[in-house]
Amino acid sequence: MSEKRRKLALIVHSGTLDRLYCAFILGSTATAMGMESHLYFTFWGLNVLVRGGLEKAGLPATYKHMEGQMKRKLKEMKYPTLYDLLKRMKASGLLKIYACSPTMEIFGVKKEDLIPEVDEIAGATAFLDVASDADITLLV
Amino acid sequence: MKAKPDRTLDCLGLYCPEPVYRTRMELDMMEIGEVLEVTADDPAAEADIRSLVKHLGQELLSVDREGNRVSFLIKKVK
Repeated sequence: MSEKRRKLALIVHSGTLDRLYCAFILGSTATAMGMESHLYFTFWGLNVLVRGGLEKAGLPATYKHMEGQMKRKLKEMKYPTLYDLLKRMKASGLLKIYACSPTMEIFGVKKEDLIPEVDEIAGATAFLDVASDADITLLV
Repeated sequence: MKAKPDRTLDCLGLYCPEPVYRTRMELDMMEIGEVLEVTADDPAAEADIRSLVKHLGQELLSVDREGNRVSFLIKKVK
C-alpha cells in the first residue's frame, strides 16, 4: 500500500498581500514537498478569487504606507507573484481551492466571476471534512 | 570521493521558497540515479533543502558551506 500523502488545510480569510503571501508560500512549499494543499477562501480572501483580485491585493490600512516599498522590493528580489505561486500549486496536481458559498452571496460574486483555478464552491462541512483528516490546519 | 553532479542548479540570490521549489522541479526532470548540485545563499536554504530532500525520500549526499554559500549534492533515488 502506498504511503498516505500529508495534508495542509488553510482557511484564507484575509485578502491583503502580506497574509496572502503567507498562505501561498506555505501552500506552494507544501505541494513542492509532496503534500496536498487545501485552501478554503472565505470573507476577504474570497474576494481575491474574483478575476483580477490577486493582482490588486495590497497591504492593510495600518501598513498601507509601506505598500509601494514592499512591492518594489519583491520585484527587485525577483520574487514570484501571488498568481505565480497559485499556478505552481495548481500545476503540482496537489492543490484544491474551495470558494465559500455564503461569502459569494454576501459580496454578490458569481461562479463565472471567479478565476478558473477554483475547484469547488463549498461550505463549512467540506472544509471540516478535509481539516479533520489534515496534518496541519491554519487560518490566515 | 565526491559524486560528480549530472545537473547543477544555481539558486544564488533567491529567497524562500524559490530554492525549494526549483530544486523540486529539477528533481522531477531527472532520471533515477542522477545527482543534482544545488547552490544557494538564502540563510534559510540549508534547513529548507535538507527538509525537502527528507520529505521527498531522496538522498542528500553532501552539504558544503563556504561563507554564506551552501552547496548540496542530492541523488535521485526514487
